[in-house]
Amino acid sequence: MTHELVLRFVIGGAVVSVFAMLGGALKPKSFAGLFGAAPSLALATLSLTVTNKGSAYAAIEARSMTLGAVAFFLYASLVCYLLLRRKLHVLGTTALSLIVWIACALGLWLIVVG
Amino acid sequence: MIVKLSFESIRETKWSEYATRFVFGGVVTMLAGLIADKFGPEIGGLFLAFPAIFPASASLIEKHEREKKGNQHGRRAAGVDAAGAAMGCIGLMAFAAAAWKLLSRLMLWEILVLATCVWIVSSVIAWIVRKRVL
Repeated sequence: MTHELVLRFVIGGAVVSVFAMLGGALKPKSFAGLFGAAPSLALATLSLTVTNKGSAYAAIEARSMTLGAVAFFLYASLVCYLLLRRKLHVLGTTALSLIVWIACALGLWLIVVG
Repeated sequence: MIVKLSFESIRETKWSEYATRFVFGGVVTMLAGLIADKFGPEIGGLFLAFPAIFPASASLIEKHEREKKGNQHGRRAAGVDAAGAAMGCIGLMAFAAAAWKLLSRLMLWEILVLATCVWIVSSVIAWIVRKRVL
């Protein structure tokens, strides 16, 4: 268990860093932003999940991930609106809006799956 | 608009900023696994699309632009990055849907390669469409 957690930490950190570095090197900024929604976590964990728990378990995770991605779309659109139109503080806006992601993701899950 | 690769921004980024992203990425990957263990793959899967490092990345973008061009530019750059991320989410949905449908049919490496191609192609198409429409 601990071994798997350490592995997840290292692989997850590495994959996220690579995508962040790639996004940072790209211009214009709106194109670089695509990498802010890269499937880093899924790429980092899919192999481990399939190996330890099987394809069926990983497929259920991937199905739920589609709903998480819809919630991410709503989150990113809200953050974009608040920063460009309302001119709010960046860290506060992006961090507090995570509540919107959680509400949307769980709400969508309840409507579609639950 | 032409897409360019600039290594200057990689050189400008401090090691502490890379370390921040590494730690955030690692912690969230660990947490996603723990949530899946505790609440099952249906809830755990949601967190594979959790925008956990987004606040840290956006504030780093804002900081870099503010230092170069001033306050207004910093916030604007972070907002434009968020607009790009919203288009990237369309690719993220396509990635997850491809992985879901292919997981029981193909080898793992084939799924990873195909789903990643689906992500990049659909993200770029969404970005181009948005640029042309807005």
